[in-house]
Amino acid sequence: MDRRALLAWLPALALPGLVGLAGCERLDKARSFKSIDITGNPEFGHDFSLHDHDGRPRSLSDYRGKVVTLFFGYLHCPDFCPTHLAREAAVLQALGPQDAARVQTLFVSVDPARDTPEKIKAYVTVFHPSFIGLTGTEQEIAQAARTFKASYSKVPMPDSSLGYAIDHSTLTLVFDPKGRLRLAVRHEQSATDVATDLKRLLDGA
Amino acid sequence: MLRTLILSLCCLTALSAQAHDYTIGKIKIGHPWSRATAPGAPAAGGFLTLENGGEADRLISASAAVSETVELHTMAMDGNVMKMRKLDNGIEVPAGKTVELKPGGLHVMFISLKAPLKEGEKFPLKLKFEKAGEVTVDVKIEAMGAAAAPAGNAHEHKH
Repeated sequence: MDRRALLAWLPALALPGLVGLAGCERLDKARSFKSIDITGNPEFGHDFSLHDHDGRPRSLSDYRGKVVTLFFGYLHCPDFCPTHLAREAAVLQALGPQDAARVQTLFVSVDPARDTPEKIKAYVTVFHPSFIGLTGTEQEIAQAARTFKASYSKVPMPDSSLGYAIDHSTLTLVFDPKGRLRLAVRHEQSATDVATDLKRLLDGA
Repeated sequence: MLRTLILSLCCLTALSAQAHDYTIGKIKIGHPWSRATAPGAPAAGGFLTLENGGEADRLISASAAVSETVELHTMAMDGNVMKMRKLDNGIEVPAGKTVELKPGGLHVMFISLKAPLKEGEKFPLKLKFEKAGEVTVDVKIEAMGAAAAPAGNAHEHKH
């Protein structure tokens, strides 16, 4: 990408709040999110009951007032999980400190047999100190995944020193400050797009 | 913000400029790289391109001292679900073709890392081909989020 192209879309980053002042056509465009809008989808449940990486019981309602992003992964995942967390950190940077303080990134480990709370904490917080890892019993994690339609399954790999891999959903779910499930973010979406969507939710969209 | 973006841009340019290649027989190995890992991360993926100017060959194994074991894996998205599998027969490198080991697909899998991989460092990786034989390449360790997003994709440089 050349520098001029980069500079050309800078205003889009800086001024998402002003888009609403433009004409009706633009207003319509601004109404659609870059992510998949799943507001009101009845297939999803409302809350989870897990423990955070410091051992505290946690549910979604603990984070009311913040935009919450929820992702299910595991520490042996070499690609999608670290790049997901790196994007989340880039999103916070794009939002700036004031808005970033109103966003909570949650990472649920679906590998309780290997991912201890200590390991999860060391892992997620290196991407951003505000990130919180969640875990629980196999039943609690399975329940949370069912509630939010995050499929995962353990696949034995007897020939691998991994022992098993875990197939897992790569969508990130986003909740607005009122705790309502609003968006599903695809893995390939850019930090810029995600930041734009989160900003709109922070502004009450 | 502007400063960050310009800095990122400079980094991208720098990364591209640091691309490195190796050759064994008729196979050219382009820019082996991995990502820095978080403490507690037990595994990492390694990526490179294999450009085969000769007869059909196969990457049968890889070894490195950074982890207890090194395997060849693939992953693929099935809908929105990511599935990773070990490749017991290695990675085929057809005659005259280029095979890419890249995020979201084929990769070298470093399992049970002995220490976190640190950005800016490099480590040796031995690749063993069925016909071309063995070659040791340096794997460059890039940022934790390298190639996480389209804008960060510094690795699609041309050879």
